[in-house]
Amino acid sequence: MEHLFNIFIKSIFIDNMVFAYFLGMCSFLAVSKTVKTSMGLGIAVIFVMAITVPVNYLMNKYLLLPGALSWLDPSFATLDLSFLSFIMFIAVIASMTQLVEMVVEKFSPSLYNSLGIFLPLIAVNCAILGGSLFMQEREYETLAEATVFGLGSGIGWALAIVSVAAIRERLKYSDIPKPLRGLGIAFILTGLMGIAFMTFMGIKL
Amino acid sequence: MSLIEKIKSMDRNSNAYTIMYSSAMVIIVALLLAVASTALKPAQTKNVETEKKIDILRSIGMAEGVEKATNKHSFVSENFTKYIAEQYVVNSNGDTITGVIAFNVDMKVEMAKPLEQRNLPVYKAKLDDGSVKYIIPLRGRGLWGPIWGYIALNDDLNTIYGATFAHQGETPGLGAEISTPEFQQQFKGKSIFQGDSILTFTSVKVVKGGATANDPHGVDAISGGTITSKGLESMLFDCLSGYQNYFDKVKKQLKS
Amino acid sequence: MSDVKEREPWFSPKNIKLLTGPINSQNPITVLVLGICSALAVTVKLKPAIVMAISVTVVTAFSNLIISLIRKSIPNRIRIIVQLVVIAALVILVDQILKAYVYDVSKQLSVFVGLIITNCIIMGRLEAFALGNKPWPSFLDGIGNGLGYGLILVIVAFFRELLGSGTIYGYRVIPTEWYIGNGGFYENNGMMILPPMALITVGIIIWIQRSRNRKLIEE
Repeated sequence: MEHLFNIFIKSIFIDNMVFAYFLGMCSFLAVSKTVKTSMGLGIAVIFVMAITVPVNYLMNKYLLLPGALSWLDPSFATLDLSFLSFIMFIAVIASMTQLVEMVVEKFSPSLYNSLGIFLPLIAVNCAILGGSLFMQEREYETLAEATVFGLGSGIGWALAIVSVAAIRERLKYSDIPKPLRGLGIAFILTGLMGIAFMTFMGIKL
Repeated sequence: MSLIEKIKSMDRNSNAYTIMYSSAMVIIVALLLAVASTALKPAQTKNVETEKKIDILRSIGMAEGVEKATNKHSFVSENFTKYIAEQYVVNSNGDTITGVIAFNVDMKVEMAKPLEQRNLPVYKAKLDDGSVKYIIPLRGRGLWGPIWGYIALNDDLNTIYGATFAHQGETPGLGAEISTPEFQQQFKGKSIFQGDSILTFTSVKVVKGGATANDPHGVDAISGGTITSKGLESMLFDCLSGYQNYFDKVKKQLKS
Repeated sequence: MSDVKEREPWFSPKNIKLLTGPINSQNPITVLVLGICSALAVTVKLKPAIVMAISVTVVTAFSNLIISLIRKSIPNRIRIIVQLVVIAALVILVDQILKAYVYDVSKQLSVFVGLIITNCIIMGRLEAFALGNKPWPSFLDGIGNGLGYGLILVIVAFFRELLGSGTIYGYRVIPTEWYIGNGGFYENNGMMILPPMALITVGIIIWIQRSRNRKLIEE
């Protein structure tokens, strides 16, 4: 249990998808203008991450790794399909986002309208694919570890986008040099938030 | 009407066309990738092998100059055949297993097995001055992902001659410290057994807050990376303890 | 096919503009805000940044070319999936080649090669350009956007490596005698190696670019 909790905390604060790896920046910069929409996108990302990382973990373990197919037939024990992992992961992610889109459209049309074009964009949100690729690279050993990691990374991403959106809402009233307005200050702001988040590295894990 | 024309005349939005299109695409892409992957596999395997050899050589301090070598692969394999005199696999009882090549043993697979069934590789190195070193592979887990390494023992099978550790996906600056020469240098001269005659296995401890210079079993922990320090400590213990019986046997042979 | 129409020269002014536009006023990173995701984590050193820039350029150019070649046959409903498959296949090829020939760099890039798939520039260019244009202009457009992206990557990596490690492309620029440890006065700015500084560097690049080209200023 303690181990899972460590992974959870670390994936939210220390190895934050946005501040430490800059993943999902495209939709991050485009959506983080108001708190409300960013909250919606954040929740969608948490949801998709918490589903896709464990699903891709199973894909990786039972289909792709060298010898992973031996549960089908012992003669497949030498087969190595890991070169297909990118395509497999992105296919899982694309279908999962489609699913989330349909669910959101059915149960919360207002959220669906405000998220607009960003829901399909989740499929090409680097944070989602990044989560699965990190899961593969770090060789998580159990399904529980992979799930906790996916959930934590999603929460970390949502936390980042909501907090930056809150600051950007207030930036409208500040006197920023004209060329820096909009995109420029958003980059610098995210960088400063990243530095602030680095203080979490002091947590002794 | 030829087949191509038939396909061309199809409605692009019909189900049949969509299904045909996607299956054709999947087949073409899969074939292409399979061919590319098979063609590039030898070069990739060679890279992985060379890296493993570098790690092994590094534990006995014989990998210097590899960065400057014009042909890395030949430099490494030359040194490897020069210094690694013997490689074999033993089991936890200390008996040599025949028919398994030590270099091909995947420690990740072995560590998942119960101790009695593990194939434990040993690399016996002979240095320029004629001294014999035993190199033992290690594998364990840090906070984020796998850590691995090699530890070289003097022929008393107690004193550490050198160690090298590597990792994957550790936060830079935290657990990554285990792969720095400064950290690895600390292991030199430490011993893994307590006392000479009784021979109790103690492994090496990674001590938080600094180990005293004359502590024969302790090295300084990594600042900030508690879990990786612990992981390193248990990796050393788990991997080396499997070799206890083998070490005893070799020592007895040496005495008689 | 009616080939009566006079053929456009390979490097007509219009085509040249496809190449140079994305490098400055249409830059995918600083103007269109695309494709920042997978890139900035690799800019601590110049070498991985250059390899990354080349990989992205290759993938953008060839995915643009392929999609443009088959643009008339793609069923509309599975358009996005077809694009993703083409991109993913190209990225797998690039990844395999990197693993085979520049293993060290490929290890440093780790997951970020795979993340080229979700680089918004590539999808963006396919949707906005390749689906409606001929193969050759699409190819040039891909190269131009790849280069525009690579340029920012290389600039960021240049400053981060110079100020953070005192080297450029692995060669020492700041003499070792200058360091405080060796009795000198200089010390590397460790801050530059940390991830957030990449974002701040890009922010400053945007600032400079927009001060020089006032048309790009956001209201």
